Amino acid sequence: MNLGQRFYLREVLSGLGLTAGHFFRNMGKHIARSLGKKDARGAVTIQYPEERRPLSPRLRTLHRLVRREDGSPRCVACMMCETVCPARCIYIVAEEHPNPEIEKMPQRFDIDLGKCVFCGYCVEACPEDAIRMDTGILEFSAYDRQSMIYTKERLLSLEPAGTDGRPRSPIPIPPRRHP
Amino acid sequence: MPKLTIDGKEIEVPAGTNLIEAARRLGIEIPHYCYHPGLSIAGQCRLCMVDIEKTPRPTIACNTPATDGMIVHTQTDRVKETRRSIMEFHLINHPLDCPVCDQAGECWLQIYYMQHGLYDPRMKDEKVHKPKAVPLGPHVMLDAERCILCSRCVRFCDEVTQTGELGIFNRGDHSEIGLFPGADLTNKYSGNVVDICPVGALTDRDFRFQVRVWYLDTTKSICPGCARGCNIDVHVNRRRPHHAEGRRVARVKPRFNEDVNRWWMCDEGRYGYGFVDAPTRLVLPVRNDAGETRELSWGGAIAAVVDALGRTPADQTAIIASPKLANEDLFAIKTLAEARGIRQVGFRVPPPEPGYEDDFLIRADKNPNTRGAELMGLDGKVDKILNEATAHRVRSLLVFEHDLFDTGWRESDVRSALEAVDTLIFVGPNGSRTSDRAHLALPASAWVERDGTFTSFEGRVQRFRPALGALGEAIPTWEIVGRILAATGAPVTATRAEHWFRALAAGVPAFAGLTYQSIGDTGAMTAGTAPQAPAEAKA
Repeated sequence: MNLGQRFYLREVLSGLGLTAGHFFRNMGKHIARSLGKKDARGAVTIQYPEERRPLSPRLRTLHRLVRREDGSPRCVACMMCETVCPARCIYIVAEEHPNPEIEKMPQRFDIDLGKCVFCGYCVEACPEDAIRMDTGILEFSAYDRQSMIYTKERLLSLEPAGTDGRPRSPIPIPPRRHP
Repeated sequence: MPKLTIDGKEIEVPAGTNLIEAARRLGIEIPHYCYHPGLSIAGQCRLCMVDIEKTPRPTIACNTPATDGMIVHTQTDRVKETRRSIMEFHLINHPLDCPVCDQAGECWLQIYYMQHGLYDPRMKDEKVHKPKAVPLGPHVMLDAERCILCSRCVRFCDEVTQTGELGIFNRGDHSEIGLFPGADLTNKYSGNVVDICPVGALTDRDFRFQVRVWYLDTTKSICPGCARGCNIDVHVNRRRPHHAEGRRVARVKPRFNEDVNRWWMCDEGRYGYGFVDAPTRLVLPVRNDAGETRELSWGGAIAAVVDALGRTPADQTAIIASPKLANEDLFAIKTLAEARGIRQVGFRVPPPEPGYEDDFLIRADKNPNTRGAELMGLDGKVDKILNEATAHRVRSLLVFEHDLFDTGWRESDVRSALEAVDTLIFVGPNGSRTSDRAHLALPASAWVERDGTFTSFEGRVQRFRPALGALGEAIPTWEIVGRILAATGAPVTATRAEHWFRALAAGVPAFAGLTYQSIGDTGAMTAGTAPQAPAEAKA
């Protein structure tokens, strides 16, 4: 490198020029749009988490267990999802259902989201449409591994996302910032 | 000996062999439900149709004896079409909820449907509903909707146990399996109807909904429940420990052995594996000094045993071996006794009450290896050992597996004998009142956790194989004894059960010439014993 290049001055200035160029071009477009020019569209920043991007209805988000009309799980504990799960993150323990027509129900249905790879095979394998990944919830961080395990009750309490793709269940953001 | 051709392959079979068995010898499978080699022929399911040249229409293979010059085809279009139609009939009223059914994965309806089924059902009407989840007895649950009325279970109860609890009731598509009024499926072989049920109609109440069958691993083994030595498959769940409350042995199924148990086993053996995962299992060597328990390392435990044996002269030392031990363990104990000069060795302990026996499979002697211990000459008088102990003439006592309090002896006698000895050493898989009193309790592997052989009452040496890893620190009894021997300075080269078996074959004339290879899967007779006639169908 020659002396001029070793000072980086020219490169720094050209970088600043690029950023400034985008800034002013976007500002111009936003001003033009607010003045009534509808086809002018500047770059958009989404103010997450107050604002959210619209989600595709096909997106695989946090699982939920579908309920019957009486609120009990639709799941019959056939363990197809547990069998197909490539991450082996589903743990089901079956028990006898009081109604012999239903035969079986899960006594325990845990998903360890710390292991889950969100492949969606469990949803595809389910013969009863009892597990879905349509809650629209993408944030389920936790401070410890134990809280990443979602139990049957927790999975049953989740609601499907609204038609706009927004979650209707409360997003499980951990309340404690410092565990 | 008729010679016939099946699918272009020629075979000669004994007269009277039916076409299913003849085809099986050629490796050709003819689908069937109602036919079972251990039962009479019913011809109910109509699935085993084959084409025989010079016969106008497909014929059932199960009820057609092979004749000379017969030319059989099992894969013609007409046969396939017939099978598909028969399957369609079988499935008219059968619920299509395989994932829920406990038989899924080992269901012949599922298997044949995938092979021969008509995938789009033409049946539009409502299926006939029948009782579901009906307990037939302590071990068997009936789902009449899933039944295809093959009548195997009915024939089993009529012909094998001759108890006749089951029958087919009602008519037409309302026919269903049921119990005769006042009867319960309580015979001692009732679990077999679950094995022979080709579909999910009869399921095991013990196993139902515990583990899916595709999570199970199978290991060939021998039932330790009585002196018969029924051949079994042990099904263990190693991959999904959250199922069945962590029990590793999921179930036991009989394994065919023409000379011992054929296709059957008794319920006592079938449901008798619970001790393997029981909370009473010993997992660590423990020293017990005046009520104070201390966990030991194996090195420390062996040193303590050797110390106790070293302090007591051989004529004040006694060993109570167990007929529940494998031949390898017993020979290691025999070697130890001979190396130390211990003469008071016994194994025979009276049971609290005489065992049930019948003329089919169940033997009164509930120990799998009494014959092996007898052949090795370990048959000293155990009550004499206890009397000597009470009189303070036995100061070190090794007890293997037995709970001496759960015997035909009076508890007070056993207690005074055990209290009189200076060092009581217990070796066994499960804790008991005896092990609680032991100064040293050493954990041994259970039979499913290790290799070994049992000698059945008729003198058949049969091999069992490890299905599981050991629980905790437990090691096989032959290894415990081997370590004690090595620590006392005796030369021990055996590092596997097979090495002890070789030493046994060399050291005890009855076992001469036997190897693990010659025993194989079906067992081999000890010298001087002839196989007895196989158990005939009757209980």
